Amino acid sequence: MTAPVPLLSVENLTITYASDAGPVQALRAAHLTARAGEVIGIVGESGCGKSTLASALINLLAANARVTSGAVRLRGQDILTLPEDAKRAIRGRHIAMVFQDPMTSFNPVLPLGAQLTDFQHHLPQTRAEKRTRARAMLARVGIPDPDLVLTRFIHELSGGMRQRAAIAAALLMTPDVLVADEPTTALDVTMEAQIIHLLRALRADHQGTILIVTHHLGVIGELCDRVYVMYAGQVVEEATVDDLYHAPRHPYTRALIACDPAHLETHTPVLPTIPGHLPDLTAPPPGCSFANRCPLVTSRCHTAPPPWVRLSDTQAALCHEVAP
Amino acid sequence: MLTYTIKRIGLAVLILFLVMLAMYAMVFVVPGDPAAVALGPRATPALKAELITRMGLDQPLYAQVWNFFRNAATGDLGFDVWSKRPVLSMILEVFPNTLILGAVALGVALVLGVSLGCLSVIWRGSLIDRVLAILSVSMISVPSFVIAIYGLLIFSVWLGWLPAIGAGEKGDLGSQARAVILPAFAVGISWVGYLARLVRASMLEVMGANHIRTARAFGLPEGRIVARYALRIAIIPTIAILAVGFGSILSSAVFVETVFSRPGIGSLITQAVAKRNYPLVMGTVLFMTAFYLVVVTAADLLIARLDPRVRDVYRS
Repeated sequence: MTAPVPLLSVENLTITYASDAGPVQALRAAHLTARAGEVIGIVGESGCGKSTLASALINLLAANARVTSGAVRLRGQDILTLPEDAKRAIRGRHIAMVFQDPMTSFNPVLPLGAQLTDFQHHLPQTRAEKRTRARAMLARVGIPDPDLVLTRFIHELSGGMRQRAAIAAALLMTPDVLVADEPTTALDVTMEAQIIHLLRALRADHQGTILIVTHHLGVIGELCDRVYVMYAGQVVEEATVDDLYHAPRHPYTRALIACDPAHLETHTPVLPTIPGHLPDLTAPPPGCSFANRCPLVTSRCHTAPPPWVRLSDTQAALCHEVAP
Repeated sequence: MLTYTIKRIGLAVLILFLVMLAMYAMVFVVPGDPAAVALGPRATPALKAELITRMGLDQPLYAQVWNFFRNAATGDLGFDVWSKRPVLSMILEVFPNTLILGAVALGVALVLGVSLGCLSVIWRGSLIDRVLAILSVSMISVPSFVIAIYGLLIFSVWLGWLPAIGAGEKGDLGSQARAVILPAFAVGISWVGYLARLVRASMLEVMGANHIRTARAFGLPEGRIVARYALRIAIIPTIAILAVGFGSILSSAVFVETVFSRPGIGSLITQAVAKRNYPLVMGTVLFMTAFYLVVVTAADLLIARLDPRVRDVYRS
């Protein structure tokens, strides 16, 4: 008997951006799998490739991006090689996205109702039926007066309402995969807590998988089952949320957890940082990308690419210095 | 929207009032006796006195200003010094010619400008884009009267395809259409270049916006994204520029109508100025100002209709 096909899988995905300084390797052999019902976190600092990964998932890479190898499979089918029409049929319907900044991610001159109706263009219903559906979804995400909000423009709503509307938009088609790119970054702390509550409530009855892309470890801890940690375009560790916090294995993950203000144990006037900086992605080092910042570094780290070491059923790391 | 509409119209009326005041003041401070100028050096004192009384110039200043405003408000712009005909009816007689010229010029500019702009966006960075950029700048930098004179020389004198002068036979649409082609191109061509650059820039900006990415992420067809999501925003600067530019289109009509001996507001005002025909000059300028204000106000209202953020500025 073979293992069931996962709902979503990313295999060996390498994406480069054309730039004046030569091709920038934004993703290098990135991989992940997500089963139905799972909430997956993708975490890493700015420039680690998580936004490129999110764009690849909804099939909307920038014009200067090129997929040099790998695949994004939805129920086993590679969606990156489909013709444009077939890609469009998947977007919004099977894979939907909650964008980072809802203020700029809705059209400023169309009322919200018109946009939410347009977003259901895959469905055969009339516009009136789609509007009713949009209204119900706005009520679902906790908008108190959905009829009024349908007639409003995005700049007339508060930050929290905008984010709720963005989530409602993404859920309209009950997609198999919901990608949330920094869903709480544009919000203040109170709003952030409310949106996290909302996402938790939604995850209970969402049948598909939710991927949350963030640099915010607190959001991961609140919402996710499993986490992929990214560094310099690579997935460096895969772990459950418990392991991520309590038994991180990759030196980068450890450093990241140590830098999280929520995990500080002693009083300090300065927040800890990881010394050093990201390698130049136009010419990545031949060995481990984290070698120049790693406390465990040895000579082979600079010369040989690190292996993907399987540590348990749910945990693995891209490192020379870990062992099962 | 209602508050905004009332405010825009109120502003237009205020501007018109100030223009009338300024115009009256200017005519008043220009040296010379209007009656003497109008009648020429050989006029008898009796004739002058008669004209002064008829034009109301013997009354005190405040009464003259009051008369001017009261008459203008009822549509009475005075009488032509030479033909004794009402100024308003002289204007209305030739105005359709200018309106047709302006509208055709604007139409040419819009159709060519917007489509060339969109072409540059579709093929941005290509050879076509660069050729269009050079072409646009050349079209912007050539004055309309130069185009008018060369157009006349090439298409009327050398090739004989189009009539050189006039506005065509009355009632003959074909000859009227042929007569408007050269003047309209002369007026519109610099706007083609302008609009092509403007549409290209605003279209590129809008297509790169986050909300366009959202529309794509929901799988909306690209044609619907351009027509419903992008063009609605990208066209706003174009409308604003066109409305303001309508003033310059009317002033290029002054040159072009003179070059083509085409009846119209432009040639009317040129002749009136040459003959120091004060009532006709004032009436024409006032009429043009009022018309221009109507166009600009209409454009402002249209923009507010398209962009809710504009009308919200005036709320509160």
